[in-house]
Amino acid sequence: MSADTSAAAVTKDSGVDPDKSTSLAKAGAWARRAPLLPALIFMIVVTQLPFVATIVISFMNWNAYYPKDRSFAGLDNFKTVLTDVNAREAIIVTVLLTVGVVLISLVLGLAIALLLDRKFKGRSVARTLMITPFLIVPVAAALLWKHALYNAQYGLFNGVLKFVFGDSAPQPDWISDHPLIAVMFSLVWQWTPFMMLILLAGLQSRPMDVVEAARIDGASGWQIFTNMTLPHLRQYIELSGLLGAIYIVQNFDAVFTITSGGLGTANLPYYIYQTFYSAHDYGTASAAGVIVVIGTIIIATFALRTVLSLFREESR
Amino acid sequence: MTTVKQAQAGPAMTQAGKKKRSGVLLTGAAWIISVLFVFPVVWMIWTSFHSETDAATNPPKILSPFSTEGYSAFFGSNPWPPILNSLTASVISTVFVLCLALPAAYALSIRPVKKWSDVLFFFLSTKFMPVVAALLPVYLFAEKIKFLDNIWLLIILYTSMNLPIAVWMLRSFLSEIPDEMLEAAQVDGAGLVRTLREIIAPVIMPGIASAALICFIFSWNELLFARVLTGTRAETAPVFLTGFVTSQGLFLAQVCAASFVVSLPVLAAGFAAQDKLVQGLSMGAVR
Repeated sequence: MSADTSAAAVTKDSGVDPDKSTSLAKAGAWARRAPLLPALIFMIVVTQLPFVATIVISFMNWNAYYPKDRSFAGLDNFKTVLTDVNAREAIIVTVLLTVGVVLISLVLGLAIALLLDRKFKGRSVARTLMITPFLIVPVAAALLWKHALYNAQYGLFNGVLKFVFGDSAPQPDWISDHPLIAVMFSLVWQWTPFMMLILLAGLQSRPMDVVEAARIDGASGWQIFTNMTLPHLRQYIELSGLLGAIYIVQNFDAVFTITSGGLGTANLPYYIYQTFYSAHDYGTASAAGVIVVIGTIIIATFALRTVLSLFREESR
Repeated sequence: MTTVKQAQAGPAMTQAGKKKRSGVLLTGAAWIISVLFVFPVVWMIWTSFHSETDAATNPPKILSPFSTEGYSAFFGSNPWPPILNSLTASVISTVFVLCLALPAAYALSIRPVKKWSDVLFFFLSTKFMPVVAALLPVYLFAEKIKFLDNIWLLIILYTSMNLPIAVWMLRSFLSEIPDEMLEAAQVDGAGLVRTLREIIAPVIMPGIASAALICFIFSWNELLFARVLTGTRAETAPVFLTGFVTSQGLFLAQVCAASFVVSLPVLAAGFAAQDKLVQGLSMGAVR
């Protein structure tokens, strides 16, 4: 639409006959597209072609150990993935991990965002401290939790237990006892700041004069929270939850580092990594990849819709 | 003094007093939670400056003597090539991202092409695709053209990973320029170069800076591609860190030192981009 209006503007400005102006507009349209093309072509080549290849390979028998047996497999790889115990477990772990981490860090993030939305001395310092966990390289963060916090012999958690309860304190082996929860908490620690940042930005975009007016009219803090703050925050909650989900579905670093995929913590990315990197079963790995893509598309559709609604609001 | 006033003013002021007390409590809670969240990082740094034997005590000896044993062990294990590789991959891919994203963002906001929002959402949708699904074909292709264990492969992949973020961020900065300003410049007869320099540059410079910092962080952190596609030559810092996954006797101080050193560039970039972090993480959807 905007292109049409500016084409009209060109005609008006230059005052030339209409014939010439259409060719001018055409040239103008290409001049407009030109700056976009390098980025667009680059993205299509680097990100879309591999996916097409993944889909093709997912319908093939292809194991690097048996290079001569390459053939068309139909839906066999998908059957393998969906009936393989490990793969099914990986799907369940992925769902549990994603839902768990997103929900816990959303609730924590919201609570902390509300606390940091109030004005107090040193608020920006507290905010900076809060975001630090997000600024630790994910592998380093996982190593930190694995060795310095969870470790049964010298980890901080057991150290604190011994410090408080004396030598007879229980010394659980956190990772072996609760492997998935151990992975989950290290991720919650890293992702809560992310949720908090987006929700805090949402809180600070509230129209304060309306809130003030409600307060003068005698609305209680809880009423303001449930009737005004939460509805306003809805989009931000959706956005942070969905973006978080997209990153956590793909999580590899924490699972790889903390449990090396053992003890029932292998999620889909780890499963794919292993089927392809250790077992060299390219067909099955690709089929699992296609399944992850389908799962992600479902989440992403909602995410895109949320972004789109925020986007519309902004351009209005 | 406030208590005296409250006693005189009756119930209304007591409520104010209550409010003040709950305010103090909430501020206290904010501080306690913030400190709890940062504590593991503080603990990591603290432990990294202890000797290996002191670091591995239980209960922890908090006031053990200062030692750089962990750091000398870490730097003794030749971490420089991986760190340099990470630096190369992050910096060059960030430069590429900016070179591609700036013109694209311009074409999507200042002089928008037709269907510009479709293009914008195409960029975004690529960000939602799980990288793990693209891993195998990339690996096979790289193997075929003898491109494995080459830092340039990571540079290309990191560029594609970050390009959508940069396009969205830069576009959201550019869209802050009011149309009237651009029209006024046109009426004044300002050419493209002058418009770019005098109107667009001042708005876009902070955008470029924060987009660059965020792209740098994401490239620096990346593990999966680097782990699968590099070997001894092009290994990056996170891949180097995976060498610490299995315990090796007394090595806690060294792990903490390594984790801290490798995280330092991200901490620096993150604190520098603090105010724009949200905008980058939400692809410009939230300001």
